[in-house]
Amino acid sequence: MNLPLGRADFDLIAAWVQPGERVLDLGCGDGSLLRRLIDERGAKGYGVELEDAEVLAAIANGINVIQGNLEQGLAGFDDQTFNHVVLSRTLQTVRHTERILGEMLRVGREAVVSFPNFAYWKNRMAVMSGRMPVSEDLPYEWFDTPNLRFFTILDFESLCAKMGLVIRERQVLDDAGRAVTEEHNFLGSLAVYRLGR
Amino acid sequence: MTTSFSRGVGLVSARVAHFDQPLPLRSGSVLPAYDLVYETYGRLNADASNAILVCHALSGHHHVAGHTDPDNIDKTLGWWDNIVGPGRPLDTERFFIVGVNNLGGCHGSTGPKSINLATGKPWGSDFPMVAVVDWVHAQARLADHLGIRQWAAVMGGSLGGMQAMRWAITFPERVRHAIVIAAAPNLTAENIAFNDVARQAILTDPDFHGGHYYAHGSHPWRGLRLARMLGHITYLAEDQMAEKFGRKRRPEAGSYGFDVEFEIESYLHYQGDKFAGYFDANTYLLMTRALDYFDPARVAGGDLAAALAVARAKFLVVAFSSDWRFSPERSREIVNALVHNGQDVAYAEIESEHGHDSFLMDDPHYHAVVDAYMKRIAT
Repeated sequence: MNLPLGRADFDLIAAWVQPGERVLDLGCGDGSLLRRLIDERGAKGYGVELEDAEVLAAIANGINVIQGNLEQGLAGFDDQTFNHVVLSRTLQTVRHTERILGEMLRVGREAVVSFPNFAYWKNRMAVMSGRMPVSEDLPYEWFDTPNLRFFTILDFESLCAKMGLVIRERQVLDDAGRAVTEEHNFLGSLAVYRLGR
Repeated sequence: MTTSFSRGVGLVSARVAHFDQPLPLRSGSVLPAYDLVYETYGRLNADASNAILVCHALSGHHHVAGHTDPDNIDKTLGWWDNIVGPGRPLDTERFFIVGVNNLGGCHGSTGPKSINLATGKPWGSDFPMVAVVDWVHAQARLADHLGIRQWAAVMGGSLGGMQAMRWAITFPERVRHAIVIAAAPNLTAENIAFNDVARQAILTDPDFHGGHYYAHGSHPWRGLRLARMLGHITYLAEDQMAEKFGRKRRPEAGSYGFDVEFEIESYLHYQGDKFAGYFDANTYLLMTRALDYFDPARVAGGDLAAALAVARAKFLVVAFSSDWRFSPERSREIVNALVHNGQDVAYAEIESEHGHDSFLMDDPHYHAVVDAYMKRIAT
């Protein structure tokens, strides 16, 4: 996915990865996050990416990129192979939401998920003024967005509860990448979760 | 990302290396002495760290790139010329590239056409059965001969990709990168079935004479032609055939007979005739059998990950969407095994309409992928 790389969530994810851990980045794009996890955290990284141009860029980046379609699940990856399975700013583009979350926790011990919060106050303002929101974390126009699912922090947590996923940690950022400590669903532009079973 | 790949390597000529040290084969036989014919492109650097071995597939040979006749450049270009040369993905400004004709071949290396010194006659069907691992052992001796302790990469498509995989398993310390294109961890029953029909066409040709047709001054031309026609169908994709030939008729069509009526028939006959005119039937038998036998996971009880675990090479695996003979799913088996082991692997599935033959095509994205990977290889 050719998303602009506000790196604030990358900082959080990098801090969660310990040296030598195995990380699978789903929708890894050109492999920027993995490159960072490998170089800074000594992680062993793999990425999955669908788009030809991104796969090419990831190969040029020296990434273990595997071309494939997340919508078809993670068949071929063995159970509990990874310490972390990352889905960074991509969940909203996936049609089979529950399946991918389930697959992430099948192949990994922990799922790391970040997504744009549709209930961020600026997004609410945009809709109130009659327009679909376009922002740092929702950077597309309605007619060219790869996003299929529009959901909020509350929506996501209710799905986690329904699926029996345990929220181990949650970090919420505003559109300048600053940590949000209250009224998350109103003040947060991007949410980053660590999930387990 | 696409580079302009203009110049080739120019005029090339083959060399022959002779080996007197007997080569024990997988089948239990021993080849007492043998020749390997090979070509090289580019320059081996001072510490011999920039060498790439390009392994050929079923009908390939040592002449990978460049031309052999300045008056007939197009007709004498190597079989993978489009990927080798200055500025091309296998950049001869950086790498020293080696192509070798495998044992059992018919392009100059010791094979069924060669004279068996024990009898003074061509080996014919007495030539021992060769396996992929035997080729790899022979190639290793060529590497020794050329002063190459470790390949920067071993690369190949189809049966050539199987050799790259085998290299990484058999000589882990001698391969830094394995580039496995349009290959599979082993053949499916369907694949073996196609090979069997191809072999039966040769074996039942009255001109086969039990494989000793050289002595009869004959060649099982009809059988080899049929084998190639069948093989050719399986290397193409249905959509591509439909688009290229469809139900198009030849000008002479309409005779209500069994002569060539459809363009696809004409094409296949041409391909079969051409191939049977220069290839050796015994070599075809040996090469298809080596394909059938290839199964590195067998000794590990079918566990491919266990078989690949010894490999120290980083892998690039490439498959093509329309390749039904060596489908992307088969390449994914290799990838999955490597990921299971925590080994380094990149995998690209190239959208292509050319079926199994895609690996030989000059597709910009495919070549850009290989180019991007090669640029990461230190020399």
